[in-house]
Amino acid sequence: MKKNQYDAIVVGTGISGGWAAKELCEKGLKTLVLERGRDVKHIVDYEDMKNPWELPHRGRVTQEDRRISPVQSGVYNYNEVSRKFFVKDIEQPYIEEKPFEWARGYQVGGRSLLWGRQCYRRSYLDFEANAKDGFGVDWPIRYEDLEPWYDYVEPFVGISGSKENLPHLPDGKFQPPMPMNCLEKLVAERVKKASNGSRLIINGRTANHTQRVGTRGPCQFRGKCESGCTYGGYFSSNSATIPAAMATGNMTLRPFSVVKEVLYDKEKRKATGVRVIDSETLEVYEYYADVIFLNASTLNTTLILLNSTSDAFPNGFGNSSGQIGHNLMDMPYGMGASGSYDGFLDKYTFGSRPTGIFVPRFRNIDKQSETKDFVRGYTYQGGAGRGKVGWSDGIGIELKEKLSEAGGWHMSITAWGEHLPYYDNKVTLDQVKKDKFGMPQLRIDCEFKENEKALGKDAMNSAAEILEMAGLKNIQTYDRNKIPGSCIHETGTARMGHDPKTSVLNKWNQMHDVKNVFITDGSSVCSSGTTPGPSVTYMALTARAVDYAVKEMRKGNIR
Amino acid sequence: MMMNRRKALEKVSWILGGSIVGAQAFLNSSFTFQAPEYVTSSERINFLNEIGETIFPETHTPGAKAANVGAFMEIIVRDCYTEADQTIFYNGLRDIEKQCNDLYGKGFLKCTPQQRIAFLTDLEKVHRDYMKNKKSTEPVHYFRMLKELTLTGVYTSEIGAVKLLNYNPAPGRYDGCTTEKPWN
Repeated sequence: MKKNQYDAIVVGTGISGGWAAKELCEKGLKTLVLERGRDVKHIVDYEDMKNPWELPHRGRVTQEDRRISPVQSGVYNYNEVSRKFFVKDIEQPYIEEKPFEWARGYQVGGRSLLWGRQCYRRSYLDFEANAKDGFGVDWPIRYEDLEPWYDYVEPFVGISGSKENLPHLPDGKFQPPMPMNCLEKLVAERVKKASNGSRLIINGRTANHTQRVGTRGPCQFRGKCESGCTYGGYFSSNSATIPAAMATGNMTLRPFSVVKEVLYDKEKRKATGVRVIDSETLEVYEYYADVIFLNASTLNTTLILLNSTSDAFPNGFGNSSGQIGHNLMDMPYGMGASGSYDGFLDKYTFGSRPTGIFVPRFRNIDKQSETKDFVRGYTYQGGAGRGKVGWSDGIGIELKEKLSEAGGWHMSITAWGEHLPYYDNKVTLDQVKKDKFGMPQLRIDCEFKENEKALGKDAMNSAAEILEMAGLKNIQTYDRNKIPGSCIHETGTARMGHDPKTSVLNKWNQMHDVKNVFITDGSSVCSSGTTPGPSVTYMALTARAVDYAVKEMRKGNIR
Repeated sequence: MMMNRRKALEKVSWILGGSIVGAQAFLNSSFTFQAPEYVTSSERINFLNEIGETIFPETHTPGAKAANVGAFMEIIVRDCYTEADQTIFYNGLRDIEKQCNDLYGKGFLKCTPQQRIAFLTDLEKVHRDYMKNKKSTEPVHYFRMLKELTLTGVYTSEIGAVKLLNYNPAPGRYDGCTTEKPWN
């Protein structure tokens, strides 16, 4: 056997890389798993058991954080504990042709330690959307293709949620949901009635466990998921897929491995392996395998492909279509409304719930709900709550007494919407600027256009209407004016498609140009989708692609 | 060399209770530093603890001093505040001393508990008027910072979290409709 030879190589250990590793190893393939950052061991490397007073800044972001990580330090769950799971921006620069917030976590587990954990299946609407309205290319799969794979991954993930029987928001294999509070229940009832069932408020679906999954969980309702979770209360690569892959004895995990390029054999028309820079020694190594899974996350997978040039592929690996790096999507979000409620003054909440309520899509789902203002749709996440009075006039004993009282109940819902695939929303490699490993810096050129703006405006106003239906008071709308990237749902830069001339991957997430390379992270999808929580779709796509790849290998079609 | 000198000056200006923003002026001009009342960090922590205690006093539950909010403020202002906000904060402390001297002929720490309450009650009102009328581009009043830091410092301290918030490191469940008030 050749030195450094494996059956399979997986690049990346985040949500999709972890799944690729688990599935390949469990099918008996000797698998090399490459991670550009350091190792993070489940439980051992977490600091979640620290109390707030044990942190020098009680969790706050410091001026030094802002200096070394101007982008990361602005991410919603960046704090004194979680910052070690984010990159340092000054060490890993990129170029913003237009403002783009690129949140990154370079370690074993990647951003699965930092994700929002919401899990919603995509529906027939999402898979058909491009074909129907002509934006992007037709996604070469339909809901039925992915349904068994959602069924397959969900019980292992451990998703809590409620069954709702909605064709445009398919149910999954759920654990019991995390409960709604009094106001959420009341609002859900009132809105359903007032809208004749056209607006629904349901339990959020989250990869926080209400039941044990093997040795993991259940969730302890501590509200500090981004610290890592010693209880294994939520799904991450570190808690779930990496240990499963390790347990097979088939995985070799190599941290500190920056993949520079994919190696290509022009004669055999296949990838032979990858070239890796050891991030500690800067030495270069080559590893070889029969099949390669790229799961470096959307933008870094794109970077590797565009940096892998050869006579056969002068414009990037498997890029005969010229589509790699194009059609970059995120999701417009942050538009919504809030309101208050006068009742339930003898009721409180206990525990920190890591999810909230969800409002399924209601625009453009059928003839009745069609609007001329925009195509596609949006959904909301939100929640109600009641806390201690946080601020009051005055000082002294009087102030202290006021602060021990409870405030009123309030509720807000915030929209997540679809971002259409536009060819000119793109990433390219800068011709001059490199990072410390000699890799070209990414130049990101992405914006929201008219459809996203129109959709966002409607989402904001509709949020207020929904809260009005519930009889809430003091309703206020807001638009957080989020820039692309800040939803951390970047997708689309190595899309699937029927036609090799206009797409990078086939319906099995296999490269049209190079049959032994599969890409199953966010870069592979054809549309951003209407619901948040895209990760469960990457998981299902990955498990499906591994199943196909291994069958093809056994048939001798991939070797 | 320049960096070292600047660093040294930053350190000096910090010990004096000045702000880092002053360092460049120090280098470039004949700017002279006006020595404030409290010249060491421990003296300032004591001063901040007394201000905090007046804002959030001990009753049947602990107050700001028991939570050592002075030490908390010292670290947060130093490490988390922007240079501009640090300047506002430290100038504010000097302003308190100046005003107390004008009103009572002595510094804040020498004032009686009644004088401290009367003084900060008035200052709180001045701050409220300022905050209400200020333009969005204008900075916050330093009293806002003191009050916010006092409250955060109390509730994130061990004694404050345990005694005032019934701190529970692992609630184990979510109850969205309980009649039991979750804090004290």
